Amino acid sequence: MSNLLALAGVNTHIGHYHILQGVDFVVPHGGLTVLLGRNGAGKTTCLRTIMGLWKASAGRIDFDGADISSRSTPAVAQLGIGYVPESMGIFAGLTVRENLTLAAREGPIDTRRLDWMFGFLPALKKFWHLPAGHLSGGQKQMLAIARAIIEPRKLLLVDEPTKGLAPSIIAHMVEAFRELKRTDTTILLVEQNFDFARALGDTVAVMDSGRIVHSGSMRELADDEAQQQKLLGLSLDAHQ
Amino acid sequence: MSQTKDALRVPGPDKIPLALIPVIALAALPLIPSLPTWVTLTVAGLAMGMMIFIMASGLTLVFGLMDVMNFAHGAFITIGAFVATSVLLPLAGWTQTDSLWMNLAALLPAILAAMAVTGALGLAFERVIIKPVYGQHLKQILITMGGLIVAEQSIHVIWGPDIIALSKPATLRGSFIFGDIAIEKYRVLAVIVGLAVFAAMFLVLNRTRVGLLIRAGVEDSEMVESLGYRIRRVFIGVFTAGSALAGLGGVMWALYQETVNSAMGMQVMILIFIVIIIGGLGSVGGCFIGALLVGLVANYVGFLAPKIALGSNILLMVLILLWRPQGLYPVAKR
Ligand SMILES: Nc1ncnc2c1ncn2[C@@H]1O[C@H](COP(=O)(O)OP(=O)(O)O)[C@@H](O)[C@H]1O
Ligand SMILES: [Mg+2]
Repeated sequence: MSNLLALAGVNTHIGHYHILQGVDFVVPHGGLTVLLGRNGAGKTTCLRTIMGLWKASAGRIDFDGADISSRSTPAVAQLGIGYVPESMGIFAGLTVRENLTLAAREGPIDTRRLDWMFGFLPALKKFWHLPAGHLSGGQKQMLAIARAIIEPRKLLLVDEPTKGLAPSIIAHMVEAFRELKRTDTTILLVEQNFDFARALGDTVAVMDSGRIVHSGSMRELADDEAQQQKLLGLSLDAHQ
Repeated sequence: MSQTKDALRVPGPDKIPLALIPVIALAALPLIPSLPTWVTLTVAGLAMGMMIFIMASGLTLVFGLMDVMNFAHGAFITIGAFVATSVLLPLAGWTQTDSLWMNLAALLPAILAAMAVTGALGLAFERVIIKPVYGQHLKQILITMGGLIVAEQSIHVIWGPDIIALSKPATLRGSFIFGDIAIEKYRVLAVIVGLAVFAAMFLVLNRTRVGLLIRAGVEDSEMVESLGYRIRRVFIGVFTAGSALAGLGGVMWALYQETVNSAMGMQVMILIFIVIIIGGLGSVGGCFIGALLVGLVANYVGFLAPKIALGSNILLMVLILLWRPQGLYPVAKR
């Protein structure tokens, strides 16, 4: 399997702070890669750097065969990368329909694709004409995901979609991601909830203090409790 | 998608701020000695509000989109007024006859020239002065203040330091008379133009894709970029259009006052800042209602207690912010 995305020696500074200190990992084509790590490890910074929202001060970010590390955010998005930020970035004053209309850059929303999405994100259909600010947290997360996939994208970057959600909604979210995995979209998922990550991940990378400290297959990590404890002890405790 | 609509009640827009306009107008009624005076003041207030709205609407969107507070906005108002004056004075023969068509033949080119010049200056100002300081607030304040001073000095050089008298076109002078109620024609025109500008902005914002981009960008420009849109192009367009509208407002304001001077833009800027803060920074609807409230209060208080007219608008702002700290229509910001 070839790699759709590869980071090599990526450094990111925010103001005077040196946040990413040489990040190396790959996201294989077609699979779901989970980026794990405790709070403050640099996961969000990593996704923002890929999107061009922070500029990498050193290193390469290869996407689909080209280095995108110096491109602007709109240019990165236009290459076929969908982004669901940690804050979700919902336009609260726009209706669900308007949020999705805007995300469909190429033209009118493809109704067959929309029907497919309604199948696993039913709240969207129900609240189609509601300003998105009135949605619940879980519904907003569904909308943020829908917005990222309203047109086929090569890569999805999703930042902690389970954050703050009730367990029943998380179970629903697992199903939604399983449905997404049936398409040929490659997904890079940032998570702290290991159960969620284990249910979905094919490959995994673990960050700590701005560096990757482990990468490999999800199955291996799932079976090796000692390794989990060592890499994720803190964040696992936080989710008990 | 119609089958999805029935499932739930869609909350309509918040109408309480809109209701403030008739509430204030009716509250003033018993304080003012005669009905004709009240009608005159109310129409004057609405006309003034409409003109302030025209001048302020671009500024609120410019702030909403890129967090840019342009202190030089007032210069575009002044320049618009002077450009129109330069067109209208040589055409005095056309403006001072009783033919509506001749009046319009002078007025329309004057307005178009004012908007073209201020729009072009706005575009240049954005590219040369604002662009280098995106995201740096202190520098923005300083550099736009600097731009304002340069613009005012340039006006002195081009048009001289004196106040220039500019009379209204003949057919726009005088009043419509209904019994003992007189309504100035020019104020009616100001209300019509203000409504037209508001309607046009409303349609663009709510019925077009660019409008959708602007509304989304005011909330979260970073997310708009993450969806693949170059928000700065939208911003340049809005800045240019906002500058042209400032020019239009300047022409209307100058004809209303029948004088032009180099400080007129700065004088209305105080009211404009009050209006966009009252409305909720970034909200065109809020700006519209805020402008009408400010216009009404300025006229009622100007009649009842002239000494506290400006103070009354500051008081209005304080009261509204106590009630709604983010303004009448807060824009959801990330
Ligand atoms: N805007 C910012 N300014 C300064 N420091 C920041 C900023 N954003 C993140 N950081 C710091 O960068 C580090 C990594 O943050 P982040 O990428 O959000 O971690 P994670 O997503 O893994 O929880 C943290 O120490 C955080 O405090
Ligand atoms: Mg994070």
